Amino acid sequence: MIRYIIRRLLWAVVLFIAVTVVTYIIFFIIPADPARAVAGKNPTPEMILRARHYLGIDKPVYIQYLRFLDRLVIHQDLGRSFANRESVNTEVGKAAPVTASLVFGGAIAWMMIALPIGILSALRPRSLLDRASMTFVLIGVSAHPIWIGLIFSYFFGFKWGITPISGYCDFINPAAGADCGGPVQWAYHMILPWMTFAVLFAALYVRMIRANVLEALNEDYVRTARAKGAPEGRVVRVHVLRNALLPVVTMLGMDIGLALGGAVFTETIYSLPGLGRTAVQALNALDLPTVEGIVVFSTLAIIVFNLIVDLLYAWIDPRIRLA
Amino acid sequence: MSLLEVSDLKTHFRTDDGIVKAVDGVSFSVEKGQTLGIVGESGCGKSVTCLTIMGLNPKVNTISSGEVLFKGEDILHTSASKLRQLRGDEVAMIFQDPMTSLNPVYTIGAQLVEAVLLHRDVTKKQARSRALELLKAVGIPRAERRIDDYPHQFSGGMRQRVMIAMALVNDPDLLIADEPTTALDVTTQAQILELMMRLQEDFGSAIMIITHDLGVVAEIADDVIVMYAAQIVEQGSANTIFKRPHHPYTWGLLGSLPRLNADVERLVQIKGQPPSLLNPPRGCRFHPRCPYVFNICKEQEPRLLPVSDQGEHLQRCHLDEETKDREAQKLLAGMMAEA
Repeated sequence: MIRYIIRRLLWAVVLFIAVTVVTYIIFFIIPADPARAVAGKNPTPEMILRARHYLGIDKPVYIQYLRFLDRLVIHQDLGRSFANRESVNTEVGKAAPVTASLVFGGAIAWMMIALPIGILSALRPRSLLDRASMTFVLIGVSAHPIWIGLIFSYFFGFKWGITPISGYCDFINPAAGADCGGPVQWAYHMILPWMTFAVLFAALYVRMIRANVLEALNEDYVRTARAKGAPEGRVVRVHVLRNALLPVVTMLGMDIGLALGGAVFTETIYSLPGLGRTAVQALNALDLPTVEGIVVFSTLAIIVFNLIVDLLYAWIDPRIRLA
Repeated sequence: MSLLEVSDLKTHFRTDDGIVKAVDGVSFSVEKGQTLGIVGESGCGKSVTCLTIMGLNPKVNTISSGEVLFKGEDILHTSASKLRQLRGDEVAMIFQDPMTSLNPVYTIGAQLVEAVLLHRDVTKKQARSRALELLKAVGIPRAERRIDDYPHQFSGGMRQRVMIAMALVNDPDLLIADEPTTALDVTTQAQILELMMRLQEDFGSAIMIITHDLGVVAEIADDVIVMYAAQIVEQGSANTIFKRPHHPYTWGLLGSLPRLNADVERLVQIKGQPPSLLNPPRGCRFHPRCPYVFNICKEQEPRLLPVSDQGEHLQRCHLDEETKDREAQKLLAGMMAEA
């Protein structure tokens, strides 16, 4: 077990280096100079040179990368933004809770939709509910989050005024300069983003849960359970669901890890200052340290959640033993 | 009164292509403590017959008619909850593939305990000691330790032993075994059959065993039913079926038993495929494959009639008895000579 975790963590280091190196190389290839943006209007060549030196991008790319690693590993410091000289740690620290609220709330919402619909439509294949849910799945899978987001914020936010159109409120009491805050305002502002997120994923999950439950219902051990005289409710609860939902755990863990890297579309539509939106803005500003900081954070999120999934899986599925 | 009496049982499945008559008018009975063997090729309706008795067919698109009396009570048309109480308690079943018939995420102990608790009002501890008792009875070595193992930690033969233990845990009066040895290798097959016979003596259960292996039937059954294309084609005591088989299909089954010292290059087989149950052949259902076919076979469906001097021996063939006796003797003599 311990050896397994160590091996996984070593792999994580390799993966981490690969991802961050690629990000650096891509930035190096982009034919644009962040120094020009920093040096102000109509800069003289010396001013640009000074700006380059100041930002640390006058060195070769591998030196830049090693400095980045050194800062990160020794001081847990992601550096300062090119655009506004803010600490990237602070920026990521501000954006991550926003994305986390979106992702975890959204995950709860989509599981609350997907579990009952998926299970019921598998238990009653070809019924009205099944057909209706398959239609929902088709719409959910085909719709783009931007489109869903616009529709939702137009109708719920603008036309009917049930929810805010966009924006974010802190979970904790109003921060200085913010005009709202507290759990109620937070949840109120998150309703539409959660719904948007949920529609997208719920569709995929309904389809997967339905297929898994249908498959499990045909397993021999389910017939055995019925032959033992187990009531149908118990057969489904104890024998079907336990097996059918195993793969869902894997997928949920990986999707949450992935989404924590930034739900770009949903965040953009609702002006949520999360990681995805911050990353897009930073990219436009050629703000390498911020982009790299978000990459680091999302890589970590994916690695951690995959590890959690593996450990959880070994715990709930006796056939898997980590060695 | 027989323990189980099945009369004119029909099970039809509605499909997109039409109605599949998987079981088409089957009647037989099982006496207390006796063993009935049902033999036939794959897809002849053996398993469906058993699943219908157990009420385990899918509910939608299945039409069952006829009568199934268990201890004099109709269980074909009874309520789902009553049938559920019967299943696993008075009637138990073991299945063909022990590799997939146990739930992979629970220990075998938990699965046996579940079977006890579903029918007996006992504590978990008592249920567990009953489970342990059964595991010992079916010959699981070091049962005290293995009771907490998961199915994947057992071999196929051991899993089938666990399945048998689970079926017998509530001391059923009737045990239905659907090809219990088919998925096992030959030495394990013999062990499992021996185990079933020994347990039958200890527990006094009647057994209905489905198989396509006549060797198994010869070893274990008191009575035999030969099924072909959803119908019974021959029925009688094991003794008569093996000494005086009266249906060309039974001859075919006997003739295709592999023999070690037979001087033939290839295994003998019955030519052709079993017919589609969507649209079975007119007349005798076996006629397209029968080497003894004559005109009437293609026109008129033979009825299941007793062989003249033996009321218990039924067969479904137009051939005259003299020819049948002669051909049967020829076949058996041939088999004896080879052996």
